[in-house]
Amino acid sequence: MKRIVATAIAASAGLCAAPLHAEGSLTYVSWGGNYQQAERDAFLDPIEDELGITIREETYTGVHEVRAQVLSGAVTWDIVDLGGFECAQGQAEGLFEELDWNVVSTEGLDDNAWSDTWVSILYYSTVLAYNPEALEKAPTNFTDFWDVENFPGRRALYNEAPTMLEAALLADGVPKDELYPLDLDRAFAKLEEIKPHIDAWWDSGAQSIQLLADGEVDMLPIWNGRIEVLREEGFPVEIVWDQGTLSVSCVAIPKGAPNKDLAMKAINLMISPEIQANLPQYINYGPANALAFETGKIPEDKIATSPSAPDHLKVQAVISPSYWGERLTELDERWDAFMLK
Amino acid sequence: MTAQSDTAPAGNAVPDDNTRQLAAAGRGETFRHFALTFPALLLIVVLVFGPVGWLFWLSLIEDGQFSLAHYQRMWTAAYFEIFSQTFRISLLVTGLAILVGYPLAYLMSQLPRRIAGLMMICVLLPFWTSLLVRTYAWMVLLQRRGLINDALIGTGVIERPLALVNNLTGTVIGMLHIMLPFMILPLFASLRTIDLTYMRSASNLGASPIRAYWTVFFPLSLPGVFAGAILVFVLCLGVYVTPALLGGGKVVMVSMKIQQNAALYFDWGAASSLGVILLAITVVLFWLLSRLTRIETMFGGG
Repeated sequence: MKRIVATAIAASAGLCAAPLHAEGSLTYVSWGGNYQQAERDAFLDPIEDELGITIREETYTGVHEVRAQVLSGAVTWDIVDLGGFECAQGQAEGLFEELDWNVVSTEGLDDNAWSDTWVSILYYSTVLAYNPEALEKAPTNFTDFWDVENFPGRRALYNEAPTMLEAALLADGVPKDELYPLDLDRAFAKLEEIKPHIDAWWDSGAQSIQLLADGEVDMLPIWNGRIEVLREEGFPVEIVWDQGTLSVSCVAIPKGAPNKDLAMKAINLMISPEIQANLPQYINYGPANALAFETGKIPEDKIATSPSAPDHLKVQAVISPSYWGERLTELDERWDAFMLK
Repeated sequence: MTAQSDTAPAGNAVPDDNTRQLAAAGRGETFRHFALTFPALLLIVVLVFGPVGWLFWLSLIEDGQFSLAHYQRMWTAAYFEIFSQTFRISLLVTGLAILVGYPLAYLMSQLPRRIAGLMMICVLLPFWTSLLVRTYAWMVLLQRRGLINDALIGTGVIERPLALVNNLTGTVIGMLHIMLPFMILPLFASLRTIDLTYMRSASNLGASPIRAYWTVFFPLSLPGVFAGAILVFVLCLGVYVTPALLGGGKVVMVSMKIQQNAALYFDWGAASSLGVILLAITVVLFWLLSRLTRIETMFGGG
């Protein structure tokens, strides 16, 4: 009875003004698996409660599917979860709606972690990991990694330009907030220096932990999420956050999305400190909003391993999607030329 | 024959008619044979030419417009090196496959069928294991703390582990293992058909066994060698898993670049153009080879 009355009131109110709690739904698209499950638990459930809406989920395989929807004019998705570079590429191609900064607040986000049409929702780190039992002297950052004289040991690097050019420049003494635009010649010269001492270049996360676990190498950059796997197997591994790099996942609204305004509100909640603070409970990625760590919601043990915890954030550089989005193909080719030389 | 034409002086029309009917029957038979091959032909057209055509088309499109950008992009030292490395590795593996495979195929061809059959099972056994498993197995064998290095250090042959994996050596070893059956099978089939009376004749004429082998048997075995070599070489060009896992990032083959473009960047055009160039170079190489040798004899035709 109550409900019928409420509905009647809402319906009549709807004729003259928008109701306070918009009855509505959104479609959120992400990458599936336990990643999307963590997003559901940490972000989507609280947003549904807050806005009184339902969020439908779909899975996909990347920005090319967004491109296909936007170009065909049949957009069914409201919010898309993408890798940082894809957000930048999509923005350059005009695939996304401009975000309304009266609705979305970027307070607490790093400057590299948002742009006109997208905002970051989480971080993961590429950090230096090593086997303490194999090394006499433990490296404390990438500068030590490059110092083959004083830090003997077998080494591997990631076989991709993004994050490795940054690591080279950080190792060479470039301050973390002066990285961009990257001094490419300097970065490649620095990499040239270490190249003869690199025993393997890894392509996949699985390969990186394999190299360390098999004793094939003693130190290498690794994705922070992979470290737990090694530790669970009882393998001795230590990581250093200093001179690590943070990469982002981000969200954007495809151009012509059916519920653009509602999507904007949902995105604002998604990057708000309170909701961001839920993330570490569900998956070992770091909240993109630094203020999340001030909410008191994140347990101590999660802060200790979080890639974006205040102590870790201040010693790492945030990879700029805007920089890479435009240059990925070009720099990828230069990387190939460097590798083949 | 002369007798026949003598006995039928007035029947000029009869052989004519016969010839016509024979020709018609011949044509009919050819047609029926062709009809039998039609399903296979259709399959090839649909499953080979269709996708290759589509690939070619994609490689000419950039941002929805006709463009040669994907090809221009490849005109750099880096791409040149990737192609050259791909062909060098393929050639190296093919050469090693001949060196390792020939003696084995030769031995099998000379043994009684039963024993040869048993050996054939050993050659084919690896086929029943997944490519990925075999590649990982090599990783376990070849790595610094792997079986081979442990054994060599344990017996005091070497002091420090050899770098057998995450480089070109590992890639070539892994690829050679995978390619060997493709060399041995056609080679064995061809060696077995060589009539050994030729060898006995050579001996009769006073040739030493070595001379008889080099002047008689070896030339006859060449078509088999070429068939195996071509098979292995072409398969090598497209190998992806083995160099990606055993090369440690130091080996870049065209197939890996194609995968990177397609799966990582979703750049179908760039990936397609690489495929088209690889196909074109391979076709040109085959054409050159067919000018030098008679390619059809390699596959038992002609």
